[in-house]
Amino acid sequence: MTLLGSIALWLALLMGLWGGVTGFVGGLQGRSDLQRSARHAVFAMFAALAVAVVCLEVAIFRHDFNVAYVAGRTSRNLPTFYLWSALYSGQEGSLLFWATVLSLFAALAQVLTSARHRAYLPFVAGVTCLVASFFISVMLFAPANPFARLPYTPVDGAGMNPQLQNPGMVFHPPMLYLGYISITIPFAFAIAALLSKKLDVDWLVAIRKWTLLSWLFLSIGLLIGMWWAYVELGWGGYWAWDPVENVALLPWLTMTAFLHSVMIQEKRGMLKKWNLALILGSWLLSIFGTFITRSGVIASVHSFTQSNVGYFFLVFLLFAGAATVVLYANRLPLLEAETTLESMVSREASFLFNNLLFLGIAFSVLWGTLFPILSEWVKGTKVTVGPPFFNQVNIPLGLALLALTGVGPLIAWRRASLPNLRRQFAVPATTGVFVLLILLVAGMRDLGPLMAIAIGGFVMGTVTQEFARGAGARHRQYGEPLALAALRLIGRNRRRYGGYIVHTGMVLLFVAFAGMAFKTETQATLRPGESVTLRSPYGNVYTFTHVSVSQYDALNRRVTAALVEVSRDGKHVGRLRTEKRQHVDALGRNTFEPSTEVGIRSGLREDLYVVLGGLVNGTEQAVYRITINPLVWWVWFGGYVLVAGGLIVLWPGGGSPAVRRTQAGYAVKLEAK
Amino acid sequence: MGAVLIVGSVGYLMASGIKETGQYFLTPSELAQRVSADPSFYDLGLKVGARVVPGTVEKEIATQTLRFHITDGTVNYPVVFRGLPPDTFTDSVEVVVEGRLQRDGVIHATDVLAKCGSRYESVPKA
Repeated sequence: MTLLGSIALWLALLMGLWGGVTGFVGGLQGRSDLQRSARHAVFAMFAALAVAVVCLEVAIFRHDFNVAYVAGRTSRNLPTFYLWSALYSGQEGSLLFWATVLSLFAALAQVLTSARHRAYLPFVAGVTCLVASFFISVMLFAPANPFARLPYTPVDGAGMNPQLQNPGMVFHPPMLYLGYISITIPFAFAIAALLSKKLDVDWLVAIRKWTLLSWLFLSIGLLIGMWWAYVELGWGGYWAWDPVENVALLPWLTMTAFLHSVMIQEKRGMLKKWNLALILGSWLLSIFGTFITRSGVIASVHSFTQSNVGYFFLVFLLFAGAATVVLYANRLPLLEAETTLESMVSREASFLFNNLLFLGIAFSVLWGTLFPILSEWVKGTKVTVGPPFFNQVNIPLGLALLALTGVGPLIAWRRASLPNLRRQFAVPATTGVFVLLILLVAGMRDLGPLMAIAIGGFVMGTVTQEFARGAGARHRQYGEPLALAALRLIGRNRRRYGGYIVHTGMVLLFVAFAGMAFKTETQATLRPGESVTLRSPYGNVYTFTHVSVSQYDALNRRVTAALVEVSRDGKHVGRLRTEKRQHVDALGRNTFEPSTEVGIRSGLREDLYVVLGGLVNGTEQAVYRITINPLVWWVWFGGYVLVAGGLIVLWPGGGSPAVRRTQAGYAVKLEAK
Repeated sequence: MGAVLIVGSVGYLMASGIKETGQYFLTPSELAQRVSADPSFYDLGLKVGARVVPGTVEKEIATQTLRFHITDGTVNYPVVFRGLPPDTFTDSVEVVVEGRLQRDGVIHATDVLAKCGSRYESVPKA
C-alpha cells in the first residue's frame, strides 16, 4: 500500500505541475486546449491524492507499524475513533490531508463556478495546482513522506499523545485546515482577476460563497480549539494568546474585514484595492500561520516538532508573497475607485472604520507575536509580550469594533441626516444606557466588563430594532403574523439578517469574555472528608469536599480518579470527578507523561472547574486546583449562534428577485480597458 | 480624520502596551551577564528559557512547591515555583520560567511552561 501511496503522490505532483503550466499559459494565450487540459489536471490530481489518503488510512487501520507514520502516532490499543484522526495528527499526514482537501476544493471550484465567470477558471486551476504541488513536494522532498518505512517493524506503535485523544482534537485541526485551505480559492480568483485584468465586480461575486465558507470553517476551528484548550489542557481558560492561536486568528480577522468591506465595493464601487489586498493578505497569512506553527521559530506550547518543513514554508511564503505584490502593484492603475466617500457619517465610513479596527487588531496581534524575533534583530535581546499586552491593546479596539457593530446598520449609505440619526439611534442607545445602569446598580465597577456588556446591550438594541422594523413592515404589508414575518424576513434577505444573527453571536461572545474578568481560583491539599470553600463572583459560597480516590486500568491508560462533593450555600449540588491518566502501551509500559482530565460542571451562570494536581506520596491526600469561571457556557452558545448566522448567509438560493435586481443595479460595473 | 484617529490610537496602545508589559526573554548565561553588569536586573520580571537539569527536581506536593535547577550548559540557576506544574513538566524538558531573579540567586517563578518538543508527535522508543 505504501508503494501505491508514494506513486500516487508522484502522479499528483506531476499533474499539479502540468495543471500549473497549462492553466497559466492557456489562460494568458487564450488556448482552449490547454485550458481544458488544466481543468482535467485538477481532477486527476484530486483523484491521485484521494488514492494516497486511502492508502494511508488502510496502513493505519491495519496497524502496519513498519510505516514510520503509523508507528509514531498510533498503537494497537488506540480507540478506533482516534485512528481516523491519526490521518492528520502528525506533520506528514496533515500535509497529505491539506493537499487532498485543497485539490478537492480546486475541483469543486472548477465544477461549481457558474458559466458567467468561466474566464477566470484556467488561472484558478493554475494557482490551485501550483499551491497543491508545493504541499506535495514538501512531502516528497523535505522529506515528510507519510509512506516512509522503518528499517524494522516495532511490535507496537508509540501511540497518540493523550492530549490529542479528545473529541475536540478530532474536529479542531481539520476545521482550521479547511478554513486555511479554502482561502486558497478566493486567492486563486483574485490572482485570476489580476492576470486576466477582469477586475470588475464579477470576481467578487464568484468568490462570495467561498469567502463565507472559509470564514465559517475558521470560526468553527477557532471555537473548537478554544473548547479543547478549556476541557483538556486544564489551565482554566480557553484563550492564552499563544503564538499558534494568534496566527490562526490573523486570517480570521482579515477575512471578517473583507466580508464587510466587500459590500462597499458591491454597492458603491469603492475600496477595490483594499478588497484585493485583504484576500491576497489573508492567504499569505494562512501560509504564514502554517510556517509559524511548524517551524518552531517562536516558542509556543503548541508547536509541532521542529523540522526543516517550516523552512520550505518560509521560502514558499517569500516567493509567493513577492510574486503577489509585484502582480498587485502592476495592476494598481486598473483599480481606481468609481466614487469617493461623501461623508464621515455614512454607512461607508462606518465600514471603513470597522476595517481599520480589524486590521489594527490583526496588526497588533502579528506584532506582538513576532516581537521576540523583531526585538532580537533590532536590539539584540529577546523581549516578549504576553497576554497583558494583547489584552491591553485589543480590549479597547475590540470594544470599539463591537460598538460599530451596533452603529453600522443604523447609518444610511452616502450621507446620514440628523433627524435620520435621531430616529435610528433612540432605541438602541437607550437600551445600552439602561443595561449600563442595571450593572451599576448591581454593583459592578470594572470598566472593561461594564463597557462590554453595555455596548452589547446597545448592539442587541440595534439588531432587535432591525428585526422588529422589517417584520413589522411585512406584517402590515402582507398581514403575516409577526413570528412568520420575522422568519420570512431572514429567508428573503439572508445576507443582511444572517449577518445580524452573527452579530448577536459576537455580542454573546464579548459578554462571555467579559465574564472571565471575574474568575476566582484556589488551591488546596485535602484529606478525604476535608473541604475548601470558594466564593463565586455572584456571592454564593461553594464548598468542595474531597470524597475519595480510586485507581483502576482502562483500555489504554491507568487512571487515578478523585471525587469531589460540591455544595452551594450549604445545599448539595453534585459530584465532580477529575483524573490523572497514565497512558500505557499494549505491553503495559508507560507512554507519554501523565495527563489531566478536568472535572467541569457547566452552568448558565458559571463553570466549576476542578483539576487534580496529584496525590501526596501515594496516600489519599489530594491536591486540587479549583476555579470558578463565570459565563463560559455563553462562549460555546455564542459560537453556535455565530455559526448558525453564517450558515444562514451561506445557504444557497434566497433573496427575492426584487432584492437581487436592486443589488445588481447598485453594483457599479466597470469594464477593464 | 477618523482613520488617523484609529491608526494613531492603535499605534499608541501598542507602544504603551509593549513598554508596560514587555519582558526580557533570556538564557541563563545572558541573565548572569546582565545581572553582573547591572544589578537592577535583580527583581525584574523576566522570562528565562533553559533546560531542566536532570535529577534536580524536588516536588513537595503537600505544600505544592516545586524546586529545580535550569541550565543552558554554562550557567545554572535554582528555581522555586509554587503551584501545579504543567502535565508536560519532567526532568530534562525545555522550560520557560517566568518570574524574578532575587538577590539570593534563586529565580522565584510565577509560571513554568514546559515545552515538549514532541507535543503533537511522539518518537517511537526503540
